[in-house]
Amino acid sequence: MRNAVFWGALAAVLVAGLVMTEVFDNEYYYNALYVVLQGTLMAVAWNVLGGFTGYVNFGSAGFFAMGAYTTVALHKAFGLPLPVMIAAAGAVGGLVGLGLGYLTLRLKGVFFAIATLAMAIVIETCVNNWAFVGGAKGSYILTPDTHLWFKSYVQMLFMVMLVLTLAAIAISRTLNASRLGRGLAAIRDDEVAAECSGVPTLRLKLVSATLMGAMMGVAGAPFPFFVTFVDPVSAFNLFIAVNAIAMPMIGGTSHWIGPVIGALLVGGTQEVVKVTVSSELNVLIVGVMLVVFITLAPQGIVGVVRRLRRRRR
Amino acid sequence: MLQADLLANAVVAGILLGGFYAATAVGLAIVFGQLDIVNIAHPAFIIVGAYVAWILNSRYGFDPVLAGVAAAPLFFAAGALLYRIYYLAFERTGQESLSGLAFFFGVMFIIEVSLLLAYGVDYRLVQTGYAESKWSLGFVDFPLRMLVPFAVSLALTVGIAQYLSRTFMGRAIQAVAQDRLALQLMGANPVRVKQWAFGLGVATAAVAGALLIVIQPVEPSVGRQFIGRAFAIVVLGGMGSMRGMFVAALILGVVESLVSTFVGPSWSPAVAFGVLALTLAIRPAGLFGR
Amino acid sequence: MRLQRFLTAALAALAFAALPASGAEPAGKPIKIGFSMALTGGLAGAGKAALIAMEIWRDDVNKAGGLLGRPVELVYYDDATQPANVPGIYTKLLDVDKVDLVVSSYGTNEIAPAMPIVMRKKLVFPSLFGLAVNDEFKYDRYFQIMPAGPEPKTDWSKGFFELAAAQKPKPKTVAIVAADAEFALNAAAGARANAKKMGFSIVYDKSYPPSTTDFTPVVRAIQATNPDIVFVASYPPDSVGMVKAAHEVGLKCKMFGGGMVGLQYAAIQKNLGPLLDGIINYDFWVPETTLNFPGVRDFLAKYQAAAVGKGVDPLGHYLPPYAYAYLQVVGEAITGTKSLDQGKLAAYMHSHTFDTVIGKVKFGKNGEWATSRVLEVQFRDVQPNDLEQFAGPGKRVVLYPREWRSAEIDYPYKK
Repeated sequence: MRNAVFWGALAAVLVAGLVMTEVFDNEYYYNALYVVLQGTLMAVAWNVLGGFTGYVNFGSAGFFAMGAYTTVALHKAFGLPLPVMIAAAGAVGGLVGLGLGYLTLRLKGVFFAIATLAMAIVIETCVNNWAFVGGAKGSYILTPDTHLWFKSYVQMLFMVMLVLTLAAIAISRTLNASRLGRGLAAIRDDEVAAECSGVPTLRLKLVSATLMGAMMGVAGAPFPFFVTFVDPVSAFNLFIAVNAIAMPMIGGTSHWIGPVIGALLVGGTQEVVKVTVSSELNVLIVGVMLVVFITLAPQGIVGVVRRLRRRRR
Repeated sequence: MLQADLLANAVVAGILLGGFYAATAVGLAIVFGQLDIVNIAHPAFIIVGAYVAWILNSRYGFDPVLAGVAAAPLFFAAGALLYRIYYLAFERTGQESLSGLAFFFGVMFIIEVSLLLAYGVDYRLVQTGYAESKWSLGFVDFPLRMLVPFAVSLALTVGIAQYLSRTFMGRAIQAVAQDRLALQLMGANPVRVKQWAFGLGVATAAVAGALLIVIQPVEPSVGRQFIGRAFAIVVLGGMGSMRGMFVAALILGVVESLVSTFVGPSWSPAVAFGVLALTLAIRPAGLFGR
Repeated sequence: MRLQRFLTAALAALAFAALPASGAEPAGKPIKIGFSMALTGGLAGAGKAALIAMEIWRDDVNKAGGLLGRPVELVYYDDATQPANVPGIYTKLLDVDKVDLVVSSYGTNEIAPAMPIVMRKKLVFPSLFGLAVNDEFKYDRYFQIMPAGPEPKTDWSKGFFELAAAQKPKPKTVAIVAADAEFALNAAAGARANAKKMGFSIVYDKSYPPSTTDFTPVVRAIQATNPDIVFVASYPPDSVGMVKAAHEVGLKCKMFGGGMVGLQYAAIQKNLGPLLDGIINYDFWVPETTLNFPGVRDFLAKYQAAAVGKGVDPLGHYLPPYAYAYLQVVGEAITGTKSLDQGKLAAYMHSHTFDTVIGKVKFGKNGEWATSRVLEVQFRDVQPNDLEQFAGPGKRVVLYPREWRSAEIDYPYKK
């Protein structure tokens, strides 16, 4: 996608979002879109380490929850404004991501994935025992009164999440097409060969992991304001971790647009099903979608499009 | 003297619990430890096993453990079938690891929801003759509710270890993990061998599920609690080592029990997984890894 | 002769027309009541049972002519026990489905996320079982049907400790153990406060992760501190684990129980059987003769018939009567004010006492019950593997509060 087209599209989406907040009062759409955008941001973030670099992260919920609890802790302690807390959450996530990056020195493949799972559980246990943020009892975060020029708080949250997600997509695209991205792809395909060819694998992996951690922390930062009551069970949710993996896989992991497509498709379907079918079928649909897509299109939707394009030539 | 009593009982409780954990991980030790297939749906199969044991127990009065053993062949067939699908879709095309993982995630959800639709969300429990009694050795107690699962799990692990090292099929399974091409050259069909191994892994889930429901009440989403533990045990023990897996399970059980008794139960998961993380950092091959 | 017959016929016709329209169909635009409910996920066992009760209420109301002559319709979605789903569902209900009223889902986790929305739109919000949610929000249109009382966190366990304090000789030491989860920790905090206030000394005070499989280490650690009283705040699977472990270890104490969720569920009661004897635990309704409120038996009969084959609690003594009652309150308020105006309904609900299947309901200023009615019940003579014994009185006797008492305490707990 040419640069001009991309930035144009991004700007158009942003403007559309702003216009929407002026025109539509109906809060339901903002709630639903917030969830879809959050999923998109998590998927894009996961893909940086998982799709681009080839290291599977099972503990996405841990990073997300860390972002959420950073907000809770700062809100309770200082009552800082939202942008500051988002930045702080990103910093915390990035730092832990950096640590995760160093872990890749010792562990590869599925061992790395298990380690991320263990890490998420350890973090969850620590949060469970941290009385200041409510521990297992949970914390109430009351909706603040100010919401800038928007008609309601959730509209503002929606715009915040939209801006964050678009920024993440831009970063992801830049990464994908850059020299850095090619280095990551080399690591994904064959790390030893990449190292031998002179690719600074450690540095790139650290960048990749830190970026992923920071983006996931940022995704979690506004969550307490969205949901009003945060407790470890809902923040360290299995669904968040699964969606973060499923969405990029269904969309296609090698291209920056893959997680976006996957997130919009899967997230959108989940939101629609949530308010129509309304029963166990919701979970079933995620499971079936996953199995069907993965079996029929292992390279994701991006892979399918690529194949069709190749056939046309 | 109170402390010695407490310590001894905590250790024993940990060993019994660890033995049960081994039952949940032994199938994964074969499938993941030997064949590198990330079957994250294994705990879901365990829950299915628990439900089978519950049905046979509540409707016909069968002892749950016997029910689990009786159901194992059915699970074996189901596992073999699942592997076929997995092989055709992924392994043949070389897509495994990540895609396979996502596939099994999907399978896990499908199993969980099917149980939900079929049996609802009420907790299920079983009645056994021995669940309320215990044996005592001095000041140490062995509640049968935990002792029986421990014994069955030990028998299961030993049985599988023996199978893997003494029978033709068993050794073929170990071989296909080490060198698939060589196995082919030796005249065995690697796909059939893997299918057999996967079926075996899922068959153990039938027994593990029966043991689970003897110990605690079960409902469809309980499986999620065991995902982390089962994988951690296999990795900690060293991929491919049954003995290692069992020792790792015991370690996990004892650590959880000791922390629970002397520090406070809320820290046990962190400690258990902390042990895992430490092992991975120092010796990624695990305790008895190859 | 013909005139007589004509007059008789005319009189009959008049009499017929004058009959109350109870057989008449409600007509007009339906009154829509919207909510989310946990139909999947951790709380789904209770959520599904609650839904069955709520549908029975809807059918009962429609059979009796509806509310304000209009039929009642329930509009609901599954929140899957995920708080993140709640805001979206409630905004859909209000802004898209345009429901007339909302009521809450089950449990603090699912009630709290809806609060900002209902507060902003100034809606009446009858709520189903969330511990002390309104302590945070202080919303004046919140109404909680759980009979915890005006100070829910401490009222929850007050009865348990008062019973203990009344024994002679007065017990001295207390062990508090709780699951690491919202309700249990709040109940434990209340227990701590009550224990201190009534002069007990706390010798064990820890929590355990809900995924704990074996409770013997926990119970042994408790036993090592030699407590007179053991207060447990737990969820269904851990309640079972704690009771079994206590029995296996041979826990010696004078009182055991307090805040164990799950011991009210039929399947668990049947499975634990005689292990339950002597345990004193909280409950909200049991089939004792002192609690035979008008309508409750009929309701339970309908519920038990509807629950067959649905995989929910077969007896339905715990949550379903309260799920029915919180809609009864709404219905009575609508009929009483003859309107759907949220302000009028809120005022009516604050100022009136309601007659429901769970007795008389009166709300205090903070939306909680004006007086606590957390029952402390003790299990007696439980037979093994028998579900039917719990359908009638005698197996769960009420010890507290005094006015609902049906038997004297059996103390100390012999195990």
